[in-house]
This record gives sequence, structure tokens and C-alpha cells, in this order.
Amino acid sequence: MEIPEIVGAGLIVIGAGLGIGRIGGSAMEAIARQPEATAKIQTAMLIAAALIEGIGFAALFAK
Amino acid sequence: MHYNMFSKLSVSLALVGAIFLSVPTYAQDHDHHEDSHALEANETHDHPATDEGYDIKAQIKETIDHHLADSYDFTITEGVSFPLPVILLDEGLKIFSSSKFHHGESVAEVDGNFYVLHHSKVYKTDASGHLTMDEHHHPTNVMPLDLSITKNVFMILVMAIFMFFLFKGAAKAYQSGQTPKKAGRFLEPLIIYVRDEIAIPNIGEKHYKKYMSYLLTVFFFIWFMNLAGMTPLGINVTGNITITFSLALITFLITQISGNKHYWMHIFWMPGVPVVLKPVMAIIELIGLFVKPFSLMIRLYANMLAGHVVLMSIIGLIFVFGSWLISPAFFGLTLVLSLLELLVAALQAYIFTMLTALYFGSAVEEHDHH
Repeated sequence: MEIPEIVGAGLIVIGAGLGIGRIGGSAMEAIARQPEATAKIQTAMLIAAALIEGIGFAALFAK
Repeated sequence: MHYNMFSKLSVSLALVGAIFLSVPTYAQDHDHHEDSHALEANETHDHPATDEGYDIKAQIKETIDHHLADSYDFTITEGVSFPLPVILLDEGLKIFSSSKFHHGESVAEVDGNFYVLHHSKVYKTDASGHLTMDEHHHPTNVMPLDLSITKNVFMILVMAIFMFFLFKGAAKAYQSGQTPKKAGRFLEPLIIYVRDEIAIPNIGEKHYKKYMSYLLTVFFFIWFMNLAGMTPLGINVTGNITITFSLALITFLITQISGNKHYWMHIFWMPGVPVVLKPVMAIIELIGLFVKPFSLMIRLYANMLAGHVVLMSIIGLIFVFGSWLISPAFFGLTLVLSLLELLVAALQAYIFTMLTALYFGSAVEEHDHH
């Protein structure tokens, strides 16, 4: 049985979504623990999320 | 804030504009039409759809494709448009107005040569406008080197001029005193933000100054272009992969040129790992070298493109359902998503600048503490 490419795209999106979700959740926990470090945590969060997002876009190239 | 920084910014702004000028921006359109069965306006008339439901969907798809693609004339609204100059390098320079194509319906004759538009691309043809197709329905006709001022190039030029005067005006106020005036009041906090939150933490106090002009240029260029994309004029500059490729290429070149010996050592002979691993690390680092600008390019392109597609598709759903009851819901959704897109417009500009600064920082980092 042949699995359509779009299934792979779905898996990529699930993976990227879980990854970004974890980053966001952890960043919120970190901010709650150390509100004075909010700016630094947010920057690191955005960079990490952006890097995962880059992988997520691989899903766009599925036909 | 020194006046000097602003004049550098203006110069690099003009430079970026000039670079883009020479880049024909139709690559994305090519990708889009390749596997889609998008119908050109004249083809729709040739093959009228039997089913009304299919017809409206095809029309929406066509509108979206048209919106996303670069074109040879600037459409302000349905039926109101002005032609832009077409510049071809084909046995000498051929410059003519795109009105000669009559929106792709007729063959343009220039100095005895004939050109025709097919899927928003210029092909050389004979007087009858005949195109020979291969098995994939791609024309095999000669494509002359296209240096046209297309919609995207036009918008970049307009934005470059707008930004030039905006920043020049902001910079001038500092000659008479330390208080910003006019546009400077709005721009100063943003410029200081780019300097204090993006450049200095990532590049370092010592080296950040020479990269400020480029960082500010990309930040404001991407942000303003993203905002221009939110207007109903159908501008999709940052959602065009050729543009983001050019931006990523400039970042890549600046990073490699400013790389010091520590930077290259970390790529080819990673310190602190066993000797057997060093060649493996070199291969991975070399791949990483190209993946970094590639991800920059894809991120901006895909984010802006996806934003446009989603927004226009939801507007299109109003016409698919065609009901007074459900339209307000889609209107509300469009409004909320537009607000989200305004955030994304700034966020993508920030992330592009941020990562660019990060790459510059890794290139000039000094390892004194080792």
C-alpha cells in the first residue's frame, strides 16, 4: 500500500506543533519562575520557535 | 544616534533597491502554476465550467494566484490598472510598455521581434503568437533575459524612495539638537530597539557598529513590505521567494566575508572534539553554513505567502457559501486574522534581523576566554 505524501506533511506539522508548543509552555514556566528574565527568555523562545518553524515549512512542499 | 549611521542606512537602502532591480521576480509564479490547474482569465472563457460550484472555486483560486504572482502591470482594483515598463535583453535592449500585451491577450511587436505573455512570463514568438508546448505543457519558446520593472520591483522602488525620505527626514532633526522630531519620534525607539536588543547582545559591543546599517535596512524593509502586503493593493513582495532569496544571500555573503579565523576554525577543525570526529563535524558545519540562509529564505517566504493565502481563502469562503447568515462569521475571522498578520509582519522582520545578527555574531566572535 502506498502512503500519500500528504500524510508525511501532516506528521511534520504535528511534530513542529508539539515542538513549538513545548517551547512556549516551558518559556511561560520560566517566566513565571523568574519574571525579571522575561526579555531574555522571550528572545530565546522566539529563536528556538523560528528554527523549528523552518522545519515545519518542509510540509509545504508536499504535493 | 549619530547622523552618520542614518546616511549609511540610506546608502545601503539604495544599494539593496538597486540589487533587487536587477532580479526578475517571477520565480514564485512559476512554482505556482506548475502543478495547479489555475485558469487564466481568457482560458475560463474558452472552457466554461458546467458546474456553478466549481466555477466560483476556480475563480477564487484564480484571484488568489493572481494576487500572489508578480505581474507586468499594477492593478489597483478590478479594472483599474496601469502598465509598467518591460525591459528585455534580446539582441540588444528592448524597452516597451506592458500595455502592448493587453493583459496577455495579444502579441507585442518590438523592432520586428514578437513577444507573448504566457502564465505571466515573456516568451519570444512569431507574428501569430504561436507557442510550441512540450509534454508537460511548458512552452519551448525562447525566453529573453527579463529585467522588467514588474509590480514587485516597482513596489520595492517606491518603498526605497519612501524609506529614503523618511529616514533622511528623521536623521536631519538630529543636526539641530538631540531631540527627535517628526518621523524620528516614531523611528527612534525602533532603531534603539534594533541596536540594544538585537545588535549588541548578538554581535557584541566591539563589532556591532558596522553591521547596524544592514540590520536596520533589512528590519525596516521587511517590516514595511509586510505592512504594504496588508493593504488591498495586492502587493506580495516578501512572499516572493526571489526577494527572500536575495535578502538571505546578502546575509550569507556578509557573514562569510566578515568571518574571522575562529569562525572558520569552528567550521573546518572544530576545537574540543576528538580528532576522528573533526572531519564529520566539518561536513555537518559545512551543510549548516548553507542551511542557515536557506531557512531564513524559506521562513520569511512561507510565512508571508501562507498569511496571504489563508486570508484570501477565508474571504473567498464568503462567496462559496453566499449566505447572509454565515458571512459575518468569516468577516470576523478575517478581521482577527488580519490583526494576527500585523503581528506576524513585525515578528518576521524581527526574527530575520535577529537571526542575521546571530550569524554575524558567530562570524566575528572572539574566543579570548579559552
